[in-house]
Amino acid sequence: MTTIAAATVLSTVAACGGSDDSGGGSAGGGGGGENEASDIGVTENSIRLGAHYPLTGVAAPGYSEIPTGVQAYFECLNQAGGIYDREVEFIFRDDAYNPTQTAQVTNELVLQDEIFAMMGGLGTPTHSAVVDFLNDEGVPDLFVASGSLTWGDEPETYPYTFGWQTDYMSEGKIIGEYIAENFPDAQVGLFLQDDDFGEDGEAGIRQYIDDQIVAAERYTPGNTNVGPQIAALQAAGADFVVGFNVPSYTALSQLTALQLGYDPQWFYSNVGSDPTLVGGLLNRFSEGQVSDASLLDGALTTGYLPTVDQTDNPWIQEFQRIWDECGGEGELTNYRVYGMAQAYTTAQALQAAGQNPTRDGLVEAIETAGSEWEGPVFAPFRYSEDSHMGTSGMSIERIVGNGSEEVQPVRVTDIGDAPIEEFDREPATPPANAIPDEESVVD
Amino acid sequence: MSDLQSPASTGTAGKASDDAPVKATAGGDAPSGPATSGRSFLPQSTLLRHLLVLAVCAVLAVVILEITSPFQNSQLATLTYYAIAAGGLTVLTGMNGQISLGHGALMAAGAYTTALFLDAEEPLPLPVILLAAVVVATAIGALVGVAAARLHGPYLAGATLALAVGLPGLAIYFHDVFGGEQGLRVRAPQSPEWFDGFIDAVSGNSASSTKWLAYVGAICLLITYFFLANLIRSRIGRTWRAVRDQEVAAELAGINLGAWRVLAFVVSAAAAGLAGGVLAIVVRLAAPSGFTIVLSLALLTAIVIGGLGSLVGALLGSALLVFLPPFVTNLGGDFGLSQTEAAQLAPFVYGVVLIVVMIFVPAGFVGTIRLRWMTRKAKRAMAQAGADGASSRG
Repeated sequence: MTTIAAATVLSTVAACGGSDDSGGGSAGGGGGGENEASDIGVTENSIRLGAHYPLTGVAAPGYSEIPTGVQAYFECLNQAGGIYDREVEFIFRDDAYNPTQTAQVTNELVLQDEIFAMMGGLGTPTHSAVVDFLNDEGVPDLFVASGSLTWGDEPETYPYTFGWQTDYMSEGKIIGEYIAENFPDAQVGLFLQDDDFGEDGEAGIRQYIDDQIVAAERYTPGNTNVGPQIAALQAAGADFVVGFNVPSYTALSQLTALQLGYDPQWFYSNVGSDPTLVGGLLNRFSEGQVSDASLLDGALTTGYLPTVDQTDNPWIQEFQRIWDECGGEGELTNYRVYGMAQAYTTAQALQAAGQNPTRDGLVEAIETAGSEWEGPVFAPFRYSEDSHMGTSGMSIERIVGNGSEEVQPVRVTDIGDAPIEEFDREPATPPANAIPDEESVVD
Repeated sequence: MSDLQSPASTGTAGKASDDAPVKATAGGDAPSGPATSGRSFLPQSTLLRHLLVLAVCAVLAVVILEITSPFQNSQLATLTYYAIAAGGLTVLTGMNGQISLGHGALMAAGAYTTALFLDAEEPLPLPVILLAAVVVATAIGALVGVAAARLHGPYLAGATLALAVGLPGLAIYFHDVFGGEQGLRVRAPQSPEWFDGFIDAVSGNSASSTKWLAYVGAICLLITYFFLANLIRSRIGRTWRAVRDQEVAAELAGINLGAWRVLAFVVSAAAAGLAGGVLAIVVRLAAPSGFTIVLSLALLTAIVIGGLGSLVGALLGSALLVFLPPFVTNLGGDFGLSQTEAAQLAPFVYGVVLIVVMIFVPAGFVGTIRLRWMTRKAKRAMAQAGADGASSRG
């Protein structure tokens, strides 16, 4: 008796939900069952996700754009019927890149907002403060926006946490192999952030060109004088500098090298190489004397996602459409593309978790099917029961103006001493409206 | 040394800062003894009176923690470590007239000590670990205090600022021990069985780890404030105030200015160390980015807004630090701002509140209320005296 009553209420709710949308996407449903409030944060017609980002403070430029991309994607997804007729609610809160605040806002997200899952929490030190809490509470912690190995290499410690972007060690290996093959005579200097980021990158790169490295200099984030480090690289005779650094230090290293009259071949890892952001920072740091990213012209970098300058890439075209239709003010940027790509993978995960998802079911779905998902990311994810690492591959690109051109196609690898392999799968094309259609893999 | 700092020889420059503490620290300048009017039902002895207040506050704390949601529990846990540190700082700044921009660094010392001890295979009992955090911070506080006792005003601010900037840098330099930029992750201690039983008996709520941490914070807060309140009302507190208000008079009275200043710094550092220990287990991380200069400044603004020298003021100021930003952010969201804009609104509103408080209630919340109360009492006494005089003449 009660089940019939519940079913009636549900169908009414679904009908109301459907009439809001202009599109007719809600009719399909599939499976035949009804939507239930199957877990915390899931109701008959909504799924609530949350994340922490630096929206204020030093790390805000660039990074604060990511959640707007995520939100635009979910907005368009909801207009087309959402996930199993559920609207995706995305709540993001500001942690100012301060771990103390990350802990506070994560408490708020989990205990007060009662999110179903975390999605795309940003930063290594910030997310470190909450990874234990999220796993203790059993909250799925999807697609941490950081390339630290912590998120994926020990799933038995953090069963609910998943990485997403290429980890820094794999990136270092692919860069190392590229240099060994293409610049065998280069004297390589390393410019490293003094934490896991620089450490993992160095470990990867040294697997291939340990004998070519003439100097490894480290900087401490927050200390804006990198003169000693750049001068040391110059003194060591390095004519090829690889930087594992954040965007502001790309700008600082460029300005310092300019002052010192030092002109090596630069190679910046993916994190620090967004030409638009670095150009803006150069302009600001040099008080207008350097007005754009022209200093970066010719520098090498890596990529695992299409970028906004590739206007003929079908994913970028779809994301541009989504941003125009559902986004806010401003242009589509690489950071917004990053957010949308993460949202796309999240949509895949939610679909695969079935009509009435549970937190454990979501984790199971990613472990079971995640390695087969195709999307804007160049290379597949490594998700399995034994690894929660994200994508494994990168291309090598040369920065030209505000864009880049490919100099080496995508290669894939893994952490440790896994070999690097060429990746010959055709790039995936976006499905209709850039909305994935994954089968449920959970009963 | 003291001659240089005496009001007479510093001239006009020293004049302003000389007058300021009296009014600015009105919040802390409550009478040292019990009120002499017969209306008070509290015990005459300071210790007994404070014990009574402590017991009432303990019951109140349990009630508050049990009627609030888990998220509010976590906010209250955050409040406790801010309030502990602010309490220590208000003793230093309000009672003794020394400014410190380095309390964030002292909290870092406590937090890292706690993190390192909890990282052991068989961690020591939590009270021992927190005590160790206090000891380490106290030692650093003593070192800084010796230097600080020789400095005044902006020079002291500068020296302690260096501490705030420099000490977290050590964590990055010795990154093998302290984990560098991403810090040390802290395994929050599990709640003991008696705690589960206690919560079950009191309210029947579930004893989550969030709740346990909030209780640990509350216990530490009550103990700290109990000690500090007793210190303030004792000979030590009176001596500190004497040092603050009139150096020459204090020295003439046989007070060793330097030694008392160092003591104030040490007491304040001990509180900061405990606050850091609580922070480490509540946040579950000790990382340099959690102990930036912003933290030290936040503590200072908290005690200024609350009322310098007043423990209640420190608690109120800390509450503002914890509850205002989410309140403003949610309010901004309700008014249709995007989440990014709403987040940017919070620091702005906090700044506005600070400016408004400085303009309209320069003695802070508690200080202003107490000033009003004292003024009214004085007026009434005057009127009474006038009436008495008139009647005796007539």
